[in-house]
Amino acid sequence: MKKVIAALAVGAAVALAFGGAEAKDWKKVRIGTEGAYAPWNVTDASGKLVGFEIDLGNDLCKRMKVQCEFVAQDWDGIIPALQQGKYDAIMSAMTITDERKQILDFTVPYGNDPSSLITDKKSPLASLAKTDILDIQTPAGKKAIDDLAKALAGKTVGVQTSTTQLAFLEKHLPKIAVRTYDKIDNAGIDLGAGRVDAVIGDRSVLEPIIKEDKGGNIVMFGPNLVRGVLGEGMGLGLRKQDADLKAMFDKAIAEATKDGTVSKLSKQHFGYDISIKK
Amino acid sequence: MNWTLMWDALPRLAAGVPVTVQLVLFAELAGVALATGMALMRLSGNPVADWIARSYVFVFRGTPLLVQIFLIYYGLGQFGGVRESVLWPVLREPYWCAILAMTLNTAAYGSEIIRGAIQAVPHGQIEAARACGMGRFLLFRRIIVPIAVRQALPAYGNEVILMIKASSLASTITLLEVTGIARRIIAQTFAVFEIFIVAGAIYLVLNFALAWAVRATERRLTPYARARV
Amino acid sequence: MLDLLSFGPQGWGWQILGGAGMTVAVAVSAFALGVVLGSLGAAAKLGENLLLRGVAEVYTTVVRGVPELLVIYLLFFGGNGMVGAVARVFGHDGYVELNAFSIGVMAVGLISGSYSTEVIRGAVQSVPHGQIEAARACGMGRWLILRRILVPQTLRYALPGLGNVWQLTLKDTSLVSVTALAEVMRVAHLGAGSTRQPFMFYTAAAVIYLVLTTVSTAAFDRAERHTMRGVRRA
Repeated sequence: MKKVIAALAVGAAVALAFGGAEAKDWKKVRIGTEGAYAPWNVTDASGKLVGFEIDLGNDLCKRMKVQCEFVAQDWDGIIPALQQGKYDAIMSAMTITDERKQILDFTVPYGNDPSSLITDKKSPLASLAKTDILDIQTPAGKKAIDDLAKALAGKTVGVQTSTTQLAFLEKHLPKIAVRTYDKIDNAGIDLGAGRVDAVIGDRSVLEPIIKEDKGGNIVMFGPNLVRGVLGEGMGLGLRKQDADLKAMFDKAIAEATKDGTVSKLSKQHFGYDISIKK
Repeated sequence: MNWTLMWDALPRLAAGVPVTVQLVLFAELAGVALATGMALMRLSGNPVADWIARSYVFVFRGTPLLVQIFLIYYGLGQFGGVRESVLWPVLREPYWCAILAMTLNTAAYGSEIIRGAIQAVPHGQIEAARACGMGRFLLFRRIIVPIAVRQALPAYGNEVILMIKASSLASTITLLEVTGIARRIIAQTFAVFEIFIVAGAIYLVLNFALAWAVRATERRLTPYARARV
Repeated sequence: MLDLLSFGPQGWGWQILGGAGMTVAVAVSAFALGVVLGSLGAAAKLGENLLLRGVAEVYTTVVRGVPELLVIYLLFFGGNGMVGAVARVFGHDGYVELNAFSIGVMAVGLISGSYSTEVIRGAVQSVPHGQIEAARACGMGRWLILRRILVPQTLRYALPGLGNVWQLTLKDTSLVSVTALAEVMRVAHLGAGSTRQPFMFYTAAAVIYLVLTTVSTAAFDRAERHTMRGVRRA
């Protein structure tokens, strides 16, 4: 292993020269984001990260008087990379759930968005009525899940890997065939190609998929669900030991929510308000 | 290092081995046939056939398998014409798309190996066979094929090992073979290191087994070499 | 539809071109690192030291026996820890930051190096022993033999093999897109996803790889001809 370690040491020396960041006094905070989850965070044609969370994140950092840098990271490695220290916070439409709380700390939520489904408009699924936003722990929510289970019997559903929606399918619709994708966009492409019958995801992210579809063939259907395994809103994910950083973000999010900044940015990016209301 | 986690993941990951093996097996069976065809086209002396085979090898060896997989899976599915064609039931499935991409890829490398092996058949043996009055087909079957197979075996063994490794790319188009399952377990446990080490060990075992089988076959095919030592 | 690949404000042209540049940068650095690792590995395998020989053997067997994707993932998620441990040995305290580029280069370089090891080892062994004896007979010292006989001859024998390793390395860079490094494959992936035109973006990526492999094959052929200039044709 010596030679390898020697070579790695060379690499380390090079990397150190490139920038051995010491960020513990929080002058600079690096934020990991997927960059493929429009309109929350997306990479534009020039390669720049843009979107609701980029704007909001920069606003929060201004309030915290720290310098912020967004780092792109594929979704399926986004939590391990935080633990490895590649960045200090995750801001990537990550829902706050009990499972994730076991290994991460979350800030207070800055937004909330129900889970919805899309399908081809010629599919029989399209006739399943859309609902208001339902809590899956209530009787109405449970009934909606039963109806959904009946409608989806024998069908294949596309979902992004490591999401609350995948956890939802595994727990509440275990008999439905599931296909997992690295990026939600790829699930959208496969729905367009007819490889899956429906896609489940955050409503705000399914809307651009409907809009981008050239033939106008994709429609939303069925219930809009929240709570339970679907969690309680989106917050920044942090390492457990960084309680000071959590306090800073919590305060900034509370301020930005109160003075209407979150609402304003939300309307600008989503067309409606996803901010947390009392 | 979380040993219990690794131990628990082992049976789940091992459950992906059949899919991995199937991908490689089907791709190699179809790949060898295609590769032989391409090699014969290159050796045929027909300029058109030669050009077709040459371009095929050029394109598929000159681009990464990942691009080929994405082009076949996501790229072709984009076209209505493809979706309405008779091929769609096959191209609809990630399983067959992966096998198709791997087949086309391995055949490009394989055809060069086979071409080299056929060319390496000593000319004297062919002349001797002709002098014995063998026809073209008999000559091919009795002289060229056995010698060329023996010649191509080590290189082809390496190619199959490369394919076993390459099959991990099928996980990028939703297939749940060993790597795909590994990624799914990581999504639940976030233990990247532990799970990938177990997955890596599984691939190592597969490759060792294959390398051993190739060496054993090699020995079987060269009894004269054994006798001499 | 083709305007998506244009160089205008809505086009992905510049980003794809930038991705091509990044691909070349990663491939060249990784290949160079691989040749260094390969020389060390070959030296270890040919040397007397049993421990070093064992280490080199394990390195080439493991890295060549495990999917490239896994090697890259392992280094991406474990590289920081390893480098941190090394840095602590050298007295550096605290967290060592490795950017996506260095991780990508290290991962692909490690893979490239395992193949280079075998190529270089084979090349060293194919230098005819008579030449070394002749050099010794002429009174050359060890160092002079290395510089005048062994290295130039090895290079000549190794060049075709290294050309293959280079092609492999170039194509393996497509896998570092998982580290979010903006090389051709990642750009194509993002573009395909956000515009829903996968065919066009992946075709563009394929064309770029074809151009790169064609150009570099030609370069290696030239280099090979150059090293063969003093060799008599059979």
